[in-house]
Amino acid sequence: MKTSAYYKAKKVAVNVVIHAFLLSVALTCIFPLLWMIASSLKSQDVIFKDMSLLPKVYHFENYYRAWMEGGFGRYFINSIAYTVSVVVGIIIIASMAAYGFSRLQFPGKNIMFYMFMAAMMIPIPGSFVPLYVLLNKLHLRNTAPGYILCMINVGLSTSIFLLKTFFDKMPKELEDAARIDGCSKLGIWWHVALPLAKPVLAVVVVFNALNVWNEYVLALIIFDSRPLMPLQVALTTFQGEFVTNYPLLMAGLTITALPIIIVYLLMQKYIVKGVTQGAVVG
Amino acid sequence: MSWLFAKRFTVLLFLVICAFFLTVFLTGCQPSKKSDVNSISVWHWMTDRDAAFQELAKRYEAKTGVKVTFELYAPSDAYSQKVRAAAQGDNLPDIFGILGEKRDFSSFIKAGYILDLTPYMEESLGAWKNSFFAKALAVNEFIEGNSYGVKAGIYGAPIDIMTIQMLYNKKLFKELGLNPKKPPQTFAELLEMGQKIKQAKMQGLVSGWGEVWMVDCFASNYAFNIMGKDKVLATIKGEVAYTDPDWIKVLGLFKQMQESGVLANGLVTMINKTAEQLFANDKAVFAFNGSWCVNVYKGMNPDLDYAGMLPPKASEQNPMAIWGGAGSSFMVNGRSKNKEEAVKFLQWLTDRDQQAYLAEITNNLPANKNCLNKIPDILASFAKAMDNATHPNVWGVSEFSPVIEAFDKGIQSIIIGEKTPEQVAAEVQKIKERELAKKRSR
Amino acid sequence: MRIKSTLENYVFVLPAVTIFMIFYVIPFIWVFQLGLFEWDGILPTKTFVGLGNFKEILFDKIWWQSMGNAGYITLIALTLQNVVAFLLAWACDREIRAKNFYRVIFFIPPVLSEVVVGLVWQWILDGNYGLLNHWLGAIGLPQLTRNWLSDPQTALTAVAVVHCWKGFGWGFLIFLAGLQTIPRELYEAARVDGANAWQAFRKITVPLMIPVAVLVGILTILGTMQAFVLIIAMTGGGPAYHTQVPVLRILASMRGSSRFGYACAQGISFGVILMAISFIQYRFSKKYKG
Repeated sequence: MKTSAYYKAKKVAVNVVIHAFLLSVALTCIFPLLWMIASSLKSQDVIFKDMSLLPKVYHFENYYRAWMEGGFGRYFINSIAYTVSVVVGIIIIASMAAYGFSRLQFPGKNIMFYMFMAAMMIPIPGSFVPLYVLLNKLHLRNTAPGYILCMINVGLSTSIFLLKTFFDKMPKELEDAARIDGCSKLGIWWHVALPLAKPVLAVVVVFNALNVWNEYVLALIIFDSRPLMPLQVALTTFQGEFVTNYPLLMAGLTITALPIIIVYLLMQKYIVKGVTQGAVVG
Repeated sequence: MSWLFAKRFTVLLFLVICAFFLTVFLTGCQPSKKSDVNSISVWHWMTDRDAAFQELAKRYEAKTGVKVTFELYAPSDAYSQKVRAAAQGDNLPDIFGILGEKRDFSSFIKAGYILDLTPYMEESLGAWKNSFFAKALAVNEFIEGNSYGVKAGIYGAPIDIMTIQMLYNKKLFKELGLNPKKPPQTFAELLEMGQKIKQAKMQGLVSGWGEVWMVDCFASNYAFNIMGKDKVLATIKGEVAYTDPDWIKVLGLFKQMQESGVLANGLVTMINKTAEQLFANDKAVFAFNGSWCVNVYKGMNPDLDYAGMLPPKASEQNPMAIWGGAGSSFMVNGRSKNKEEAVKFLQWLTDRDQQAYLAEITNNLPANKNCLNKIPDILASFAKAMDNATHPNVWGVSEFSPVIEAFDKGIQSIIIGEKTPEQVAAEVQKIKERELAKKRSR
Repeated sequence: MRIKSTLENYVFVLPAVTIFMIFYVIPFIWVFQLGLFEWDGILPTKTFVGLGNFKEILFDKIWWQSMGNAGYITLIALTLQNVVAFLLAWACDREIRAKNFYRVIFFIPPVLSEVVVGLVWQWILDGNYGLLNHWLGAIGLPQLTRNWLSDPQTALTAVAVVHCWKGFGWGFLIFLAGLQTIPRELYEAARVDGANAWQAFRKITVPLMIPVAVLVGILTILGTMQAFVLIIAMTGGGPAYHTQVPVLRILASMRGSSRFGYACAQGISFGVILMAISFIQYRFSKKYKG
């Protein structure tokens, strides 16, 4: 007969192993972050001389300088506007499409879905030139909507794929009940399917937000006027072709990483609590 | 009830989507502003010079009333893509720079995107032309009967110059018991120092050899030294094979360097910024770097005690050559309505006062030879190296890119001991013949 | 009524398909067309070469070597990265202390800029002053020290490991979202039936997680095969061709040799191969599910 002490000991042992594993991975993740922050507080001449995580002199003014010299204020607002529009656009358009592909019947459904899948696979490396000419013809070049539509398109395929996988997995009973109650298809999508899909929607939000937030090559190519540029462009101020101002770059990178971390913190609540809440709403 | 709501919801959703597309197209359909005569737009990629450019633009507007807008698009990779895309959409600005090889430059000219500056250069007895270092101008020049099929002329104005040479750390020289005033003169001396560096457990030469073009530059210096310019050009034209003993000797230098220990650990995949960090922090004895490094080292370690030198000669038959010439140049859009104004602005920008200002603010070597008197010693050594400078862009012929790539990657293989110089030479020659055959069949 | 219902169903995919048609299909057709030409990306004139570019790819040794390299990195990512990601997600799905802390921490690598990741890992893997060599020396294994990124024997693996480290956060997140959608009642029912933790894991968690695993697998293949930013930052594709990957080859054709048409052809063949691999995986998993 095994005693309760045995179970307790076993549980502690298992927990220790799990924590050791988690902690060791966590350490490797934290270290570069701390290094980035520490570097952002150093000065250019010691940054690679003294690699320690505790600077001898703290240069907090680096953050102020990075913000001012990079002209962060304007770009920050732009980036937030682009990110929000693209993410909202993708959430609505991709979740509708994914729901359609997962639950509804119509001719050409599989072909269309496979087309999106294929788009995910085939990166168009030379696509900048055709995309540029296309936007030019549509008079969308050098405009915010042009950029937003392009970025929606970039995230669409993967988001549809992610969402469809989860819609496929979800129980159909709630939807059937709603249908019997006389809810329309769009109503079911909005009131039943989306709340149930909260965890994966949160993943889609984080994924696309990060994507848009970090994008700058397309922006540089299609925008001529600097006031339209996103935040990443400000970071290039510190990375000259020859001279890189590392402390300001690190300060800039820390500032830029912050909003994404906040988005993630907000979203991970849904990733974790999604199921129970969804069940209540449904 | 919910039926009703859902119906209304459908309508609402449609309206939202329609409104979205409508706004998109309406805002998109605003006529794009065509530039008027009193403003000139300039595109560039030089982050470190942007502030100086903005200041100069202000001064120009105050002086002439012409508004100049400098638009910075960095990094240079993205800039280069932007210029190409803009060319396809016919949206190039009045003044821009081209990054790439001479072949790309020639394509831009043939497509009519670049104005021939020769008439302006020759005006009033060639005053503009003569203000530049001849070698800096040569980079933007196409000579009579060039292999690119471009009408002879000067197609760009250099705004600064650069040279790429070797540097050595004086402090580490002292630690090694060497005379800091006497850098190695011959290749044999360099190899000897390699032994000492190895014994002292120091790092020898650092450079951006992971970005392959710097390997190419180093090798090309020695190719000029060992076989002379004519033979190098003859090889590019396809008259001499890469399997020639002289070329094998060039490739063999890398093997000798690796064996002697003069090359830093990890040099094959080193990017130039890493190399600069190491050299600036007294962690490497030698560096192979361009004149821009003066500014970089100054920022990272103001006390760094170093001096410039030519790569030590491997042969007495020909002079050592290094790469140098125009660092960055501006071109005028041949289709711009403002080209006359744009040329005037470029003339002003490359005038002595403005060049001196740029040099002072950005620590680059000015392209205007009349303002070299007030530069630091180390920069002066780079300027002096201009006497030995050459550049692929002035050779009049270009090697095929796959051949250059095979050559540079081959050198990496030699350094990591994967291939012998003979093997690499044979492989390069094979690719050369394939490309030649392809060219003939076209 | 049927027709109306079908039309209604189309409404769901209409916005997505419209955007897709304009911003993906049109440029794609263009790119495919360019793949049939020899063009430097600048001149207004293009030379038609038919399928010549595609034929050349077949015999491009370096292209296939870089495919092999990307395949190797992907293989490591599919196994190492995803197993670690799953284990971490599984651990964080349980009732353990500080799980919120871990959930946040594991997402740091994907958020970090490649610049920082490249700098830090270069420093760790450096041959002279690297932390890894330092530790190896400290634990008495100095014979293992080497220049991890420029030694042809370790460069590719080193790059692969860093890539996996940067990417495991996504797998972790998706696995976690998947694990969270498994109703807790199932586990309770299993416990009531007398199943131990391992049995519950095998009978409930594994089958329910297969579609998610396929999803993560496909996303891993896509993300890893197309990786190049970190590689440029760490090795520049060297030494020689030991860490070359297809996207770097495409960029080299486009910028280095100004062969725009060839670059387009490379991009398309690359995509077709990726598509084939992903579809095989997708179909296979569908069959497995029954």
